[in-house]
Amino acid sequence: MSTTDHLVYMANQIARELGSQCRDRPVTATRDHLRQFWDPRMRQAIVAYLDGGGEHLSDTARDAVALLRETAERAD
Amino acid sequence: MAWIGERDLGTKAVSAAAPAMVTLRIDGQDVTMPEGTSIMRAAALVGTDIPKLCATDTLEAFGSCRLCLVEIEGRAGYPASCTTPVADGMVVRTQTDRLAKLRRGVMELYISDHPLDCLTCSANGDCELQDQAGAVGLRDVRYGYEGLNHLVAEKDESNPYFTFDPAKCIVCSRCVRACDEIQGTFALTIEGSGFASKVAASQDDTFLASECVSCGACVQACPTSALIEKSVIAQGTPDKAVVTTCAYCGVGCTFRAEMRGEQLVRMVPWKDGKANHGHSCVKGRFAWGYANHRDRILKPMIRASVEDPWREVSWDEAIAHTAGEFRRIQAKYGKDSVGGITSSRCTNEETFLVQKLIRQGFGNNNVDTCARVCHSPTGYGLKTTFGTSAGTQDFDSVAHADVIMVIGANPTDGHPVFASRMKQRLREGAKLIVIDPRRIDLVRTPHVAATHHLPLRPGTNVAVLTAIAHVVVTEGLADEAFVRERCDWSEFEDWAAFVAQPQRSPEATEALTGVPAADLRAAARLFATGGNGAIYYGLGVTEHSQGSSTVMAIANLAMATGNIGREGVGVNPLRGQNNVQGACDMGSFPHEYSGYRHVSDAATRAMFERAWGVTLDAEPGLRIPNMLDAATDGTFKALFIQGEDILQSDPNTHHVAAGLAAMECVVVQDLFLNETANYAHVFLPGSTFLEKDGTFTNAERRIQRVRKVMAPLNGYGDWEIVQLVANAIGLDWTYTHPSEIMDEIAALTPTFATVSYEALDRLGSMQWPATEAASEGTPTMHVDQFVRGKGHFVVTDYIPTDEKTGPRFPLLLTTGRILSQYNVGAQTRRTDNIAWHPEDRLEIHPHDAENRGIRDGDWVSLRSRAGETTLRALITERVAPGIVYTTFHHPATQANVITTDYSDWATNCPEYKVTAVQVAISNGPSDWQQTYQAQTERSRRILPEAAE
Repeated sequence: MSTTDHLVYMANQIARELGSQCRDRPVTATRDHLRQFWDPRMRQAIVAYLDGGGEHLSDTARDAVALLRETAERAD
Repeated sequence: MAWIGERDLGTKAVSAAAPAMVTLRIDGQDVTMPEGTSIMRAAALVGTDIPKLCATDTLEAFGSCRLCLVEIEGRAGYPASCTTPVADGMVVRTQTDRLAKLRRGVMELYISDHPLDCLTCSANGDCELQDQAGAVGLRDVRYGYEGLNHLVAEKDESNPYFTFDPAKCIVCSRCVRACDEIQGTFALTIEGSGFASKVAASQDDTFLASECVSCGACVQACPTSALIEKSVIAQGTPDKAVVTTCAYCGVGCTFRAEMRGEQLVRMVPWKDGKANHGHSCVKGRFAWGYANHRDRILKPMIRASVEDPWREVSWDEAIAHTAGEFRRIQAKYGKDSVGGITSSRCTNEETFLVQKLIRQGFGNNNVDTCARVCHSPTGYGLKTTFGTSAGTQDFDSVAHADVIMVIGANPTDGHPVFASRMKQRLREGAKLIVIDPRRIDLVRTPHVAATHHLPLRPGTNVAVLTAIAHVVVTEGLADEAFVRERCDWSEFEDWAAFVAQPQRSPEATEALTGVPAADLRAAARLFATGGNGAIYYGLGVTEHSQGSSTVMAIANLAMATGNIGREGVGVNPLRGQNNVQGACDMGSFPHEYSGYRHVSDAATRAMFERAWGVTLDAEPGLRIPNMLDAATDGTFKALFIQGEDILQSDPNTHHVAAGLAAMECVVVQDLFLNETANYAHVFLPGSTFLEKDGTFTNAERRIQRVRKVMAPLNGYGDWEIVQLVANAIGLDWTYTHPSEIMDEIAALTPTFATVSYEALDRLGSMQWPATEAASEGTPTMHVDQFVRGKGHFVVTDYIPTDEKTGPRFPLLLTTGRILSQYNVGAQTRRTDNIAWHPEDRLEIHPHDAENRGIRDGDWVSLRSRAGETTLRALITERVAPGIVYTTFHHPATQANVITTDYSDWATNCPEYKVTAVQVAISNGPSDWQQTYQAQTERSRRILPEAAE
C-alpha cells in the first residue's frame, strides 16, 4: 500500500467510525480528528489527493478533507 | 529464606477495616491489639519473638511445628500462639521452664533428621532453623543422628534458578502454602504421611517438569536452605539491600535488590511494595541475568552504511557524530525530517528528556513511543469517555470486586503477580467472566473457574460488548441513578437507543461473533447485577482496527452499570511494559505534552516555551507508522530510538525495514544489538534499570522509584546520554541527578504537581493525579465526578475489520506473549528463562492440524498477505477451530512478518490480533528467515578497536 493509499484508507476509516459516533456532525468530527492527530505533511497529502480528484475517499471523508482545506486556507 | 534484615511478625495483620480492640497481658505487659490478631503477632509487635518455624507473616497460620507454644492462664495445655487469637483479659506467658523444655524437645526431633553442615550450608547465617535452634537453647540431640533420616535424599536441581534439597526440608508446608495462598498455582503438595512425608511438585515430578511457574514464592517462604536460589549458593548470602522497581511488566513490582558489594545476589519481592505486596514472577524474581550478558554492548559504535561493520568509538565521537548528523539532515531536508522514539522500558525522566530533546532541540513534535503499538487506544478511549488516559483503580481494588470481567488479556502470563491477586479474590467467591478467543488459563485453573467464557471470534469485540450493553439496557439492568448523577443523560439516552436496536442483540450477533446468545445474556446479567463489577482488559482489546471503539464500549458498559468511582469496580487496562503508562504520561505522543495536553493548546505551549526558552511547534508530529511512511516517501531521514526494537515489535516487518533502510541516520540506544540495529548507523550503549536512578509508573498510575545499585557498565545512565546529545546540538541542559528532571516534570505537569523524590521516598509510591488537593496521590479516580465533568457515552457501531479470511487465507492468527518471556525477548532470551520457551510455537486446533496433516512439533509455514515465516506447531484445544496463535518473542520467527498494516482507526495501533493466514507443512526455515539471519550476522560485525 503506498503512503497515499494508506492515508486515504485511514481517512475513510476515521470518517466511517466518527460517522456513527458523531451522527450530527460527522464531517467536522472527521476534520477535527485529522487536525488533532495528523502531521501537516499528512494533511497536505490528503488535501492534494482531494485536489487530484479524491476518487477513493468516502463522502464523509471527502467533505472532511475539503473542510480541512478550507480551514487551512482561512488560517493562511 | 528471604528478606535479610526484615522482621517477620509470624502471622498476617487483621484485614478488617475497623476491628474492635482487645487488651491482654503478655509476659506482664498490657497490650491492646485488633481483635483477631494472633498471640504470636501481638507478642512480636511488642518486641517478643516467640520461636516459630511453620509460621510467617505472609501466610495463613498453620499450627504444625509446635514450636510457638505458649501458656494462657485459665486454659489447659499449651496452645500454638500462631493459631490462637488474642482475647480481652487474656494473660499469656511466652517463656517458662515448661515451654522451653517443650520447644527444645520439638527442636531436637527436627535436628535429629537435619544435616549438621551449617558452616558450609548456603543459608548459613540466614536460616530460621539455625536461628530457632539458638532461640530455644538447643545444646544436645538425645536421639543421636544414626536413626532413620532423609539425609541422602536426592537434590532436585532442574529449575535453572533454585534447588530443592529434601535433606534440608523440615516439611513445614510453608512452600506448599505459598504456592497455594499467594501464587495460586497449587503445584506443590506434601506427599505421603508421617516419616514418609515430603514436598513434591505436581505428581512427584521435577520442579522444571511440574506445573511450577517459578514465581519464587516457595523459595521465599522456605525457612531453611531446602529451597534456595542458585545465585546464593554460588555467591553467598547478601549483606545489603536496595529497594527498586522491576523493569518487566506493567504491574510494577518492587524488589529488594540484595547485594554483596556491587554484585547483585538476588532480587526479593518487597513486602511493603504496594503493587505486589511481596510477590513476584519468574521474570522479575529471577530473570535479571541479561544485565551482565556477554551480548551486551558497552562501547558506542558508528558506521557510515548499514552494510559496513560497526566501529567502536569514544563517547565524545559518538555524541558529536549523532548531533552532527541530525543537524546536517535538518539543514538539508528541513526541521521536520527527523524525530525520535521514547521507550516504555526506560524511566519517566528518560522519556521526558527524549521528548524534550525532540521538541526543544529538533523543533518538532515527531516523537512517539511503543504505546503506539499497545495501549494508544486506551489513551484515546478513556480520555474521550472519562477525561483522562489511564485506568481508574489501584490493584488492591480487586479485593473488593464481586464480578471480574477479563477481556482480551491473559493475566497469568502477561501480568502474573496481579493475576495471583485476582485469583485470591476469585477463590474467595468473586465471579469471573472471560471474553477471549482462547481458553486462557484463568478459564479453568485450580480452584478457579470462569462462570462464563465467551470465546468470541477475533475482531468482534465491539459487537460482543454492544450485545452485552443491549442486554443491560433492554432488560432494565442499567444503573439509571448513577448515570443521571454522573453522566450526560441525553448522551446516555442516545447510546441506549442505539444498543437497544434488535440488530445489536446477542441473538442477532451470534453468527458473526461466535458467542452463544444464551451465554452472553447470562454473562451480561451477572455483570450488571452481581455487585461490584470490575473490568480488566489487555491488548486483545486495543490491538484491533476498532481498538479505541472497544475501549469506549468498555467505558460505556462501566458507566451504564454504575461501576466507576469506588473500590472494587472500574476500567483497568493491564499495561504491557514496565513504564508504558509513564511514557504516555511524559508527553511521548506526537500530539501531546506531558499530562496529555494537546500541542495546539496555547496556554500549555506557552508554559513549556517559558521553561525551555524556545518557540515550540503547535502542529502534531508523526506517529511511528507515519514516520516509516514518510521515510519511504523521502521526507523523514533520521530517527533517534531509545530502548525500542521496532523491527521486531512493529507490524509488517518488511514495511518497517523499508522505512528504516530509507533513512540516512538511525540511532539506536539499547543494551543489545537488537533487530532494529541492523539498520542503524549509530549505536549508543544503554544502561539497565540496576544502573540508574529514576521512576517507573505502573498500570495503576503508581509512580515508584528505580534506584541505582551498581555503576553503569556502559559508563552512563540513559538520561545522561540524552543530555550529552542535547548539549551537543546546542542545548544547555545541566541536570546532575534524575530528581531534578522529576522536579521539572512536576513543575510543568499539573497531575504530577506534588511528586518529588523526597515525597516518593517518604510515601513509598504515589498514584497520579498528585495535586495540592490530593498531595499523596489518588488510588481511585472519578470518585465524585469524572475528570471531564460528566461521563461521555459514545455510540460504538461494530465495523468489521477489512482483514478477511478467504480460500487462500482461511485461518485467523492472533498473537500474544507467554509467562517466561517478555515482549521481543531481548532481555528474557538472554536469561535461563529460555528453558521454558526456547522458540515461538504455533498453537493450532487438532481439527485444523488434522486437515493439513500436521503433527505436534512439525515445522509449518505461516503465510499471510504480508509475508511468510515458519515455526513449529503445537496442537492444542486452547484455540478454537479456525484460530491459530503464536508468540513474538524470538527474532528467528519474526511473527510480525505476518502481521499487516491494518490499524486502529483513531490511533494507528496495529491490528496484531487479527491476521488472515494459511498454515501448511514445511521443511524448515523459510528463504526469508535464512536471508534475514545472514543479514543479521553481517550487520553485527564489530571491527577490532583501532590501535592508538
